[in-house]
Amino acid sequence: MVTNQASIKRDGVQDWVSLRATAVIIALFSFYMTWFFISTPQITYEVWRELFAGLGMKVFTLAALISVMLHVRIGLWQVLTDYVKPAGLRASLQYVLNLIAFAYVAVGLFVLWGV
Amino acid sequence: MINEFPTGYNRHEIVKKQRPVNLQLNTISFPPSAISSILHRVTGVAMFFALIFVIWAWAVSVSSPQGFADVQQLMGGVIGKVVAIGTVSALTYHVLGGIRHGIMDMGHWEELESGNLSAQIVIGLWIVLTIAIGVVLW
Repeated sequence: MVTNQASIKRDGVQDWVSLRATAVIIALFSFYMTWFFISTPQITYEVWRELFAGLGMKVFTLAALISVMLHVRIGLWQVLTDYVKPAGLRASLQYVLNLIAFAYVAVGLFVLWGV
Repeated sequence: MINEFPTGYNRHEIVKKQRPVNLQLNTISFPPSAISSILHRVTGVAMFFALIFVIWAWAVSVSSPQGFADVQQLMGGVIGKVVAIGTVSALTYHVLGGIRHGIMDMGHWEELESGNLSAQIVIGLWIVLTIAIGVVLW
């Protein structure tokens, strides 16, 4: 058990908790953005840029993107293990998809950096 | 009893024999809970790929006034509208299904009847919200 917890290998309980913990952050970010689009009468470039210029929103956006990366790591793994049986193909797909998920975070970080 | 199985069979052979196999999908009727599960997966995978467009549009639109104008023009076109409505609709289903999962985690709607009813409500709510989103965004 100790070696289990200390290793980077995941287990079912960890996946279960991570999926829900990240889902809450992504949902809150989605609700906030929905509220922004509904409540802002005229979205101009200045308003749009201003939204992501604040430190709080930078942290919130990055947290949402990292949550997406962790969420799809588990979710896409669940889908792939059910539908893609050859281990080599599945591993390759997971590798590429996780790389795309990482790219989302990296793009987000550099965009937020420049705003 | 030392041996529960008829002589001449081993345990594995018996298990194999007792399992009917029916994978002809068009003859299986899916209960609402199964449709809900499939929709949750489909919308999740769809959103993962839609993020390529969403994050690109976001990155371009905050980078410069010109980029903002370009994205605004794109979102005013048919392709932009279809992608936007599709993505928001997928997100809506995934969140509704996620909330249903959260309620099930707390021990509710776990019976056959309540599970199917909650699935029907989620799917119904999603269809209504998608129509509303379509009207607003078009």
